[in-house]
Amino acid sequence: MADIKKIATRESYGNALVECAEDFPNLVVLDADLAGATKTGTFKKAYPDRHIDCGIAECNMTGIAAGLATCGKIPFISSFAMFAAGRNFEQVRNSIGYPHLNVKIGATHAGITVGEDGATHQCFEDIALMRTIPGMTVIVPSDDVEARAAVRAALEHEGPVYLRFGRAAVPVFNDNADYKFEIGKGVQLKEGSDVSIIATGICVDSALKAAELLAADGIKADVINIHTIKPLDEEIVLKTAKKTGKVFVAEEHSVIGGLGSAVCDLLSEKAPTKVVKIGMKDRYGESAPAGELVKKYGLDGEGIYNTIKANL
Amino acid sequence: MTNLELQKAANEVRKGIVTAVYNAKSGHPGGSLSAADMFTYLYFEEMNIDTKNPKMEGRDRFVLSKGHTAPGLYSTLANRGFFPVEDLKTLRKLGSYLQGHPCMQETPGVDMSSGSLGQGISAAVGMALAAKLDNKNYRVYTLLGDGEIQEGQVWEASMFAGAHKLDNLVVIVDNNGLQIDGKVEDVCSVYPIADKFKAFNFNTIEIDGHNFDEIRAAMEKAKETKGMPTAIIMKTTKGKGVSFMENQAGWHGKAPNDEEYAIAMADLAKIEEELGKAGE
Repeated sequence: MADIKKIATRESYGNALVECAEDFPNLVVLDADLAGATKTGTFKKAYPDRHIDCGIAECNMTGIAAGLATCGKIPFISSFAMFAAGRNFEQVRNSIGYPHLNVKIGATHAGITVGEDGATHQCFEDIALMRTIPGMTVIVPSDDVEARAAVRAALEHEGPVYLRFGRAAVPVFNDNADYKFEIGKGVQLKEGSDVSIIATGICVDSALKAAELLAADGIKADVINIHTIKPLDEEIVLKTAKKTGKVFVAEEHSVIGGLGSAVCDLLSEKAPTKVVKIGMKDRYGESAPAGELVKKYGLDGEGIYNTIKANL
Repeated sequence: MTNLELQKAANEVRKGIVTAVYNAKSGHPGGSLSAADMFTYLYFEEMNIDTKNPKMEGRDRFVLSKGHTAPGLYSTLANRGFFPVEDLKTLRKLGSYLQGHPCMQETPGVDMSSGSLGQGISAAVGMALAAKLDNKNYRVYTLLGDGEIQEGQVWEASMFAGAHKLDNLVVIVDNNGLQIDGKVEDVCSVYPIADKFKAFNFNTIEIDGHNFDEIRAAMEKAKETKGMPTAIIMKTTKGKGVSFMENQAGWHGKAPNDEEYAIAMADLAKIEEELGKAGE
């Protein structure tokens, strides 16, 4: 296992902005005094004239981005998910969503893997908030390869995009020649006919690990990576639900309103199937190293495996 | 334009406001009327705009941060020639391109959607910043209510504008003294207004918002001022021009009935007559 490369998706985000800078001359990056943490500092160093630090004022940063977008810029606004989606919800809704402006929201430090900073900074509600905004695209990359591809795809896409990145280093598993990122297109990672595991973000890697444990018990899991929560790849979700009839959805987010809910919305209407949601169960987080929290809340491979075994 | 021409245009704008809100049976006449002279000056005299090409690249921009006074903006745009004055009667109606609050995708001439107080000024700051980043010389104007400046985001935006020396930005505060729940000093005092903007590194100018000489002088001063944004704090009368609406908080967001509409239009006809005589 020692040779598996690990990179935090926030790191990938900062690198991707630099990689895209020449191809997108209208790209500008805005921060609210967190350039060091959101890793946009990398971009700031390379393109100081295209980086604007707005100070600790996320709502104003969002409005500034809206104004810049009306003048042809493609602003990326950066903050922690708690502020980018939480504190900022109404600004994103009214100043960016309603006029459908071409602003990208790079939200880092999402979920429980914030770790030691604890509950006030661990956001489990952002996917729910952002996916209710009409016209908003919501993307949750699972590793470095996907995060960098997602940033480029967001820049190519006309309209608002919310991208969710993590603080903790996570294994890189999409580094194969066949990997292709397309907004709204899920990725079939493993074929199986007994249970479906639909996952997003850090839980994709956990789902693959759970599938290995299940395989040892003779249970074949169909594993799907949904990097785009909205628009949801309905085809791939319906196909796996019809194939296995048992769906488990895993995410580093509240079980209320996240990918699990999006899957239930779809299946309840088009292919009623039992769905078990694996995520934060209507509660706040707490301080501890990220790895310990992931384990405690059952979001690692073993945790997902245990939930599946208990619900078969 | 001469002051008299501007006064006449502003009176037409006021007629459009009253007519739009009357036909909609709802809307915000008070703050639309208090800002009618400023709206008129901006669109008839100050701003570099093209009614035939509302999205002209190098145009000056306007953001109505106090978005509820959309009738004032719409009536100005219509009278200026962006769309037919007759269409003001469709305000707030199903299928109309004149939404209750400004929508940039629907209405020709509207540069930014607004309505949630405190947000428009940030967008205006973003536009002014875009001009600076691209070395363009267009200017950006935004109009705020005096009640609106109770919103914290106004001061986040002002701090940024001052810090970044956005001298292409003019923030106008319509100080009519009234908000929904009463007088601004009773609800939660916003005073002193000019000193606050001064503290945020603005050039500040206090004027009578119904006096075109003072409006003109303030706009010229704003253009001459380099290295800092300008805040124009204009004293106005809420409901200006309609006798029974003047200085009444109750007319913040209420439409006149048939009888009231007739009185309002008679008030404005009388002003028109007086302005006609003044021109003779």
